[in-house]
Amino acid sequence: MKGRIRLKLSGKVLTFPFALVSILSVLFIFTFVFTQGLSLFSKISPLDFFFNLTWRPTATPPSFGIIALVLGSLLVTSLALLISVPLGLLGAIYIAEIANPKIKELLKPVMEILAGIPSVVYGFFGLKVLVPLVQKTFGLPTGETALTGGIVLSIMVLPTILSISEDAISSVPVDYKEASLALGATRWRTIRSVTVPAAASGIVAAVILGFGRAVGETIAVMMVTGGAPIIPTSIFSPVRTMTQTIAAEMGEAVFGSTHYNALFAIGIVLFISTLVLNLFALRLIKKKKW
Amino acid sequence: MKATTVGIIAAIVLVGVISAILLRSSPTAITRSIQVRGSTTVLPIAQAAAEAWMDDHPGDSIIVEGGGSGVGIASLIDGTCDIAISSRTLKGEEKQKGLIEHEIALDAVCVVVNSSNPVEGLTLEQVRRIFKGEITNWREVGGPDLEIVVYTRESTSGTYETFETKVMKPDNITLRALTKISNGEMAHAISGNPNGIGYVGIGFLAQARDIKALKINGVAPTIETVQNGTYPISRFLYMITKGQPEGLAKDFIDFVKSSAGQKIVEERGFVKLP
Repeated sequence: MKGRIRLKLSGKVLTFPFALVSILSVLFIFTFVFTQGLSLFSKISPLDFFFNLTWRPTATPPSFGIIALVLGSLLVTSLALLISVPLGLLGAIYIAEIANPKIKELLKPVMEILAGIPSVVYGFFGLKVLVPLVQKTFGLPTGETALTGGIVLSIMVLPTILSISEDAISSVPVDYKEASLALGATRWRTIRSVTVPAAASGIVAAVILGFGRAVGETIAVMMVTGGAPIIPTSIFSPVRTMTQTIAAEMGEAVFGSTHYNALFAIGIVLFISTLVLNLFALRLIKKKKW
Repeated sequence: MKATTVGIIAAIVLVGVISAILLRSSPTAITRSIQVRGSTTVLPIAQAAAEAWMDDHPGDSIIVEGGGSGVGIASLIDGTCDIAISSRTLKGEEKQKGLIEHEIALDAVCVVVNSSNPVEGLTLEQVRRIFKGEITNWREVGGPDLEIVVYTRESTSGTYETFETKVMKPDNITLRALTKISNGEMAHAISGNPNGIGYVGIGFLAQARDIKALKINGVAPTIETVQNGTYPISRFLYMITKGQPEGLAKDFIDFVKSSAGQKIVEERGFVKLP
């Protein structure tokens, strides 16, 4: 009895500090990013940060308007979802409902491999293959466009969207489908009118998580979108996203300068938007209809 | 409850030990030490020279930091560094405070286009108007009827700073310009795009393929034209001291100006002193 208590105690002592370290790390990062970022607003006004149209951090006088960067991120991410949501959803339906077990066994690991490829590899593929391809196909002066970034990102978020919606579709109770089939509906009709609607909250969660993943992606986007901080006027505009701005400029920004704080403030914007999206997605996943 | 307390203590100890390992100072005894701060353009030279010097003189410590020319000069005046590295000359009031500049290298930026582009040279004014976004077709400067695509470097890079100072001032490079994060990426982009125009540090030109450097005001960028000052997009790089340098600061500056130091200058893609 005493021995068991000691074992329990030492197990706790052994594991608890490590759990605490990870929580503390998050807290430290959170505090650091927020203190560094918020001190920007003692130097420039929030209005200037959110609504100025120009991002010229090293010009004299500098301007730190992030609107072009936010729009850049949104455009690339939306294009990525426009491509990957139909692909991911139809793929998930196929794997969950239609494919025979053998094909299913083959497809799932392939998807997982796709998720495991480092993002710089996608970026390199984009730079070497997609950029020249987009330039030639659309007859553009340059292939470094929002569209190119969207295509690369769509491949990267596909595993997220596919595997989470596949989980959602697979977990629809079999009674639902049986009831539908018993009423004389065809298999396709059942999928369309019963299974997918029943899994809707999970599918929406998959899309939101995919969105979060796409917004946060940095290096692959940096390599193919051209990095020009302009308000995009078409899908063929070059764009500069929030993440690539931080990655490209943080290394040389003077510690404690307005520029440095502005980059952290962009970090806060990213932090809050992905946090809200993730919480929203988690709530949707937890909410079951049955 | 007790387990929780022990756990918290263990976590704090763990964090403490990790930070101590990360932050621990060098164990060797240091006899002389200087702080070098300033221009990110000069940073690679200073960094490589400091490493070479410390390899040969284990007792000396030379700490090199970036921050920009202005930051370096300001902290030299404040006395928080011993040598400022700078890519600009001293202003009048800075000289009056007793600062002395030492030329250590030359920097030149080449304007580059795709090898297939028939344009061989531009005037400095044409380059400025192209990068400003006023000239948008190669036809306007004697080339083919192709839209010009302007490539620039991240605004925090030293090459950008040189280009901006020597070509653009007081104007800005167009926001439409595509941004590259290194000389290598720039060369890759220009070599793949017949519409493109960009710029690279002169030291990078030799190893780049399928791109060519334009003559500026009729002068091609070579070591000779940079050294004799006829190539317009070039400038001196400096180490600055407060009063005449002494001790390790003097040794270090002498080392950078020596033939061994000038070899480092060339290895880093800059032009050695004439």
